[in-house]
Amino acid sequence: MTDAALPPAGAQPALQRSAIEARLKARRAREARFRWYGRLAITAALLFLAVLLGRIVSQGYTTFVDYRMSVPVYLDPARIDPTDPTGANYDLMVADAVLAKLGETDDALGTTSGKLMALLSTDLGFQLLDKVRADPRLIGQTVTVTGPVRADASLYFKGLVDASAAETDRKLDDRQIAWLEKLRSLGMVSSGFNTSFLTRSDSTEPEQAGVLGAVVGSALMLLVTGLLSVPIGVLAAVYLEEFAPKNRWTSIIEVNINNLAAVPSIVYGLLGLAVFINWLAVPRSSPLVGGLVLALMSLPTVIIATRSALKAVPPSIREAALGVGASRTQTVFHHVLPLAMPGVMTGAILSLAHALGETAPLLMVGMVSFVPGVPAGFTESATVLPVQVFIWENASERAFHERTAAAIMVLLVFMIVMNLAAILLRRRFERRW
Amino acid sequence: MLSQPEGSKDGPVHIELRPQSAHAVDAPAKLRARDVNVFYGDKQALFDASLDVPEKAVTALIGPSGCGKSTFLRCINRMNDTIATARVTGRIELDGEDVNDRSIDPVLLRARVGMVFQKPNPFPKSIFENVAYGPRIHGIATGKRELEHVVETSLKRAGLWNEVADRLQAPGTSLSGGQQQRLVIARAIAVNPEVILMDEPCSALDPIATARVEELIDELREEYCIVIVTHSMAQAARVSQKTAFFHLGKLIESGNTDEIFTNPRDTRTQDYITGRFG
Repeated sequence: MTDAALPPAGAQPALQRSAIEARLKARRAREARFRWYGRLAITAALLFLAVLLGRIVSQGYTTFVDYRMSVPVYLDPARIDPTDPTGANYDLMVADAVLAKLGETDDALGTTSGKLMALLSTDLGFQLLDKVRADPRLIGQTVTVTGPVRADASLYFKGLVDASAAETDRKLDDRQIAWLEKLRSLGMVSSGFNTSFLTRSDSTEPEQAGVLGAVVGSALMLLVTGLLSVPIGVLAAVYLEEFAPKNRWTSIIEVNINNLAAVPSIVYGLLGLAVFINWLAVPRSSPLVGGLVLALMSLPTVIIATRSALKAVPPSIREAALGVGASRTQTVFHHVLPLAMPGVMTGAILSLAHALGETAPLLMVGMVSFVPGVPAGFTESATVLPVQVFIWENASERAFHERTAAAIMVLLVFMIVMNLAAILLRRRFERRW
Repeated sequence: MLSQPEGSKDGPVHIELRPQSAHAVDAPAKLRARDVNVFYGDKQALFDASLDVPEKAVTALIGPSGCGKSTFLRCINRMNDTIATARVTGRIELDGEDVNDRSIDPVLLRARVGMVFQKPNPFPKSIFENVAYGPRIHGIATGKRELEHVVETSLKRAGLWNEVADRLQAPGTSLSGGQQQRLVIARAIAVNPEVILMDEPCSALDPIATARVEELIDELREEYCIVIVTHSMAQAARVSQKTAFFHLGKLIESGNTDEIFTNPRDTRTQDYITGRFG
């Protein structure tokens, strides 16, 4: 000990005191500076988030407003064959009905009705066909159908078409715009919340395209991913952490799992293409094959998260259980795993959320195809939300772009719902020790 | 006098000894350790320890930190099995049977040899579940009525019943440190062990809680063979009938507690109990 070097106890020399005080000022300043750095970092992060969300919402919110047109159509018995109602041209019947309202007549070549049909959704015609097929007695009567206007007309109503631009630079000519204004003043156009975006699936016509197919596809695929990756991952982690001997083999396995977590996701797509589709003949572009690929991708993450959750359980709990004569399996499943459950759930949900947003590996297993329906099962063709975003973003029609942003909003809501579920589950499992 | 200032440099310490009952000396050996060596990897932690532990008595293992007393204790119920690098040689006989024998299931062994740890470690479950867990997994008590009975008797024997009878469903972790340690003792005795190992059971407790636990140990010795590791020589003197002194991984000497404390044969024992080192 260097007792001699220290001043006598009880009296702090003035010199030492002033030295401490001088440093104290610098120390306080450093602390204040550090707090400001933290505040700046948080502000920057919030700013980025606000810009991102603002951009998505401002671009996509118009999707949730749609413009519908109600048209009373006379079902002319001369134009519909009751034995074969499918053969009639309902779109033309709708167009003629609207032309009559506008006080115009079609020309011989059908250019006028063609121009008008560019404003009316084919959905109106399909609705008429459905009605006639359901009840052929409607032929000869007047039936009112309501359906969305074409995407270009809808963009005009939303004020997203610049009517002052040169006529050749826009998709709607002056005559069509005049028609739309007249139809609006006739009270045939109504606007409201666009429920069809949430109740329909992909379509070649933007005004008829919705996300339901993609949402159901995502849900089915995540179900496959979760049911495979969570139990397999948790059991693998439990074995490695609690039972496996610590030797060269297990450390090789551990290193490999850690590396697999960092493998680019598209590699899993290639693997899935080779193994699941080419070898095991799982149907392409189905939620099953997508789920299998994403399960492979999320396994390492689930294993790593579960292992660290198990590591965080205090060893005293294991000793307590072993001490009263519990077997190792009982110790793990009665005490250790329940305590690790909140961490396990967090890891599982995070990896599922990651899987939900994954696009690249799904492109490899054919999920990029155009699927106009809602998948009815795990082996049906399906698309998923991020792929739907990708497909719409690549579409040439402008109206798809607002749908891209809207689909991103739906994806974000899906993710928020999943995270909320995770928080609730964690609360339920959480126990203190 | 409740706690002994350890390592005090003020010369010999006066330790009060309890008048010992005669049976401790002549009691037949419940545990018989012969030439026990323990290795952690390449490092040897225990050298040729041989000790007889009498039935229905408290045996204290004393010695400075890192002397191998806890290691020895953990050999008795094979807790060292859980450490991958640990290797144990030699014989430890429980009623003449070698606990390290292949035919002995460690799970069964630990049902016969209960353990209480340094830090109170109740399960993060209710008080009732803490005590009922052992009897349930061993099938000692099956019905709800039977379990309730076992829980009540165990808590009574651990002297905790009056404090927790009205809140058996409260979490075990909500009790105070001393209560938790008695809960853990109740949990250990609920499976009817023959031997109870205690690894510094009072080192995390305040003097009053320590006194309660010591009283309990004294009561329990009527029925169980108890082995206690302690850092406090005063505690060893108060609760034990037999004492073994460990130093640097070797068992230096063992004998009746009053003899060890009044008339140690080895100078190292003398130095330790008089506070000259440790």
